[in-house]
Amino acid sequence: MTTVLLALLFTLVAVAGTVVVWADKPGRQAVVLSVFGLALTVLFVVLQAPDVALSQLAVGTAVVPLMVLLTTRKVRRLRGERR
Amino acid sequence: MTVYAYVVAGYLLLIGCYGVARSRNLVHTAVCVSIAQSGTYVLLLAVGYQAGGTAPVFGSNTPVDAAVVDPVVQAMTLTDIVVSGTVTALLLALAAQIAKRHGTVDPDELHALRG
Amino acid sequence: MSRTARMIVFGVGAAGVGVSLLLAFLRLPAFGATVHPYRDLSVPAAIQHSTANVISSINFDQRALDTLGEEIILMGSVLGAATLLRTARGESETAPPDEGRVLPATRLLGYLLLPVTLLIGFDVVLHGHLTPGGGFQGGVVLATGLHLAYLTGRYQVLRRLRPLSWYTYGEALGAGAFAVLGVVGLVASSAFLANFLPFGRFEQPLSAGAVPLLNFAVGCEVASGVVVLLAAFLKQALVVEGGSR
Repeated sequence: MTTVLLALLFTLVAVAGTVVVWADKPGRQAVVLSVFGLALTVLFVVLQAPDVALSQLAVGTAVVPLMVLLTTRKVRRLRGERR
Repeated sequence: MTVYAYVVAGYLLLIGCYGVARSRNLVHTAVCVSIAQSGTYVLLLAVGYQAGGTAPVFGSNTPVDAAVVDPVVQAMTLTDIVVSGTVTALLLALAAQIAKRHGTVDPDELHALRG
Repeated sequence: MSRTARMIVFGVGAAGVGVSLLLAFLRLPAFGATVHPYRDLSVPAAIQHSTANVISSINFDQRALDTLGEEIILMGSVLGAATLLRTARGESETAPPDEGRVLPATRLLGYLLLPVTLLIGFDVVLHGHLTPGGGFQGGVVLATGLHLAYLTGRYQVLRRLRPLSWYTYGEALGAGAFAVLGVVGLVASSAFLANFLPFGRFEQPLSAGAVPLLNFAVGCEVASGVVVLLAAFLKQALVVEGGSR
């Protein structure tokens, strides 16, 4: 049972990682990155690593995607000013 | 399943590097670096996993003699994640700075500018 | 280098790395196997120092020196990012765009969750030696919780909640406290960052020697560091105008 769940979660993480790399628009990428972080969090919980899952939840699904969004916004604003 | 977990870790590393090579936007590049780094989390935790083992936190549900998974790799992954977050922040700040200086975050255009 | 050439170089390199990784993976112990020599050494050591959360024991007791190194990486990254993102010459700060379209329900949720998240963050830091958690995780939860104020749509509220200079001091204090605790370990006990407090009883709030103190120092540093980082990003994205040549 756990083995099947783990196999599914590993596959989910691999697929989510691929989607993040293929997402070309950084704004959309931030959202997919957050989903990828969530998939990793669930995987870590099933791998019996609650400490790591907590860390990944806070950093990978909240802080880093937020910083990506803010940087994207800044870059877009700078481009707007130049035009 | 015996090597599948490790293969997923290696795959994440390679797909992240592929994203870096293909990237047309430095913000996208920084995100791809963090994907490549998440391969290390998966590898470390997969190495430390034991089927049927519980989390290495002792308490009322986990007696001291219970079979636990390897805590050493978990401690490494934990700090890895936090450090990766701040390093990604540094890379994103660099991307923002480049956008300010050159008005573009496309690595190819940056090369053309330097000419 | 042209794009095609770059992708060919990448393809050759990736194939090489992929094959060597695969060869290495085939010789690793199988996934889920029972052989874990590091665990067999670290778990008894943690129990001997009456630390219920073995991961905290490893991070703050058994290999605390590595954690100090990681703290310094963290501090360096925050410092670098904050320096790169500061308001430069030629840039001006405009009035922040206040009161975007925020649903009343979202705003209410932001106000309600703010204290709850801060409480959880403190709990995670303070009980890091007993339950899953610790300074690293709790610190990030605290910093993220504070930014729920931004969800309410008011950048000004966030700014008032966040006298930024305090957090720069907080970060320095946290990192400094970790190093000072290390020196105390050197003087009072055997080595730098050695545990110097009585270990107490297993699974009691006051146990694990200096681990809760180090946890608190790290929590202070991580929370302040992430607040400083997010503040710098928010300011650049929302307030700072101009600067592009």
